[in-house]
Amino acid sequence: MTDAVTMPAGAEPAESPLTPENWGKLGMWLFLAGDAMSFGGLIVGYGILRHASKTWPVPSEVLGINLTAFMTFLLIVSSVWMVLSLSAIQKGDLPRFKKFLGLTILGGLVFLGCQAYEWTHLITHTLPEHKLSFSKDLFATTFFVLTGFHGMHVTGGVIYNACVLAAVLRGRYGAKHVEIAGLYWHFVDLVWILIFTFVYLI
Amino acid sequence: MSATTHKEPNYMGVFWWLLILTILEIGVIYLPIAKIAIVIMLIALAISKAALVALYFMHLKFERITLGAVALSPFVLCVFLILMLLPDIFPH
Repeated sequence: MTDAVTMPAGAEPAESPLTPENWGKLGMWLFLAGDAMSFGGLIVGYGILRHASKTWPVPSEVLGINLTAFMTFLLIVSSVWMVLSLSAIQKGDLPRFKKFLGLTILGGLVFLGCQAYEWTHLITHTLPEHKLSFSKDLFATTFFVLTGFHGMHVTGGVIYNACVLAAVLRGRYGAKHVEIAGLYWHFVDLVWILIFTFVYLI
Repeated sequence: MSATTHKEPNYMGVFWWLLILTILEIGVIYLPIAKIAIVIMLIALAISKAALVALYFMHLKFERITLGAVALSPFVLCVFLILMLLPDIFPH
């Protein structure tokens, strides 16, 4: 019976065409696929509710796009900083890694600050001016649910990146862990690209 | 297994493309053309930007096909969701 588990000479037991380069990376991708389904469901739901609504304000007129265009730019730049930090740690350049991952975290925090300002301004000024409210209008409800769900992801990403930075500085994490954290951060950027288009521009 | 061995992508090149596409997106909404044409252009630009992030920043272009299949699975399910809801979106 032992013949059934005998591997050919020279082959690694766990190796197959489906074996990932890195199991942690595969785990993160599986998580992101599940997370993408959550965002996908919300965005599809948003589209259907908007299509079925008799009236829907022009988003760019109510929400404004100057601040969110800056927030989009900020997340794209922070994604670039993230890949530059990965590039640095892969080359063993720790000071450059610290600088770019620190900037990535800072970019996330500024994004959250902008979102807090945007929400405050909407709730206290813009929505009342347009006679819209979170509880009564699907326009406002879907906006806060989608951007809030994304904002929580950014918050999680900032905490995650800060933990990775601390672990690398203590010598416990290496390039592999930074790459996995980067996947999460780029996913947050990718989702914002879609939210910016569907919620603010269309 | 070893760490990533592929050649490092041109990250700054991708950044400039993302910036250009974002500026185009903002410009598109002010075009004096039919709304449906604007929507199609915006969706195409957003998908292009998302693809750039996934392929180059998330290194999907250099990964095994397994990860590509995992990454695409949510989109398949979203299309399925839309198809299942079509009778409700366009009732007779």
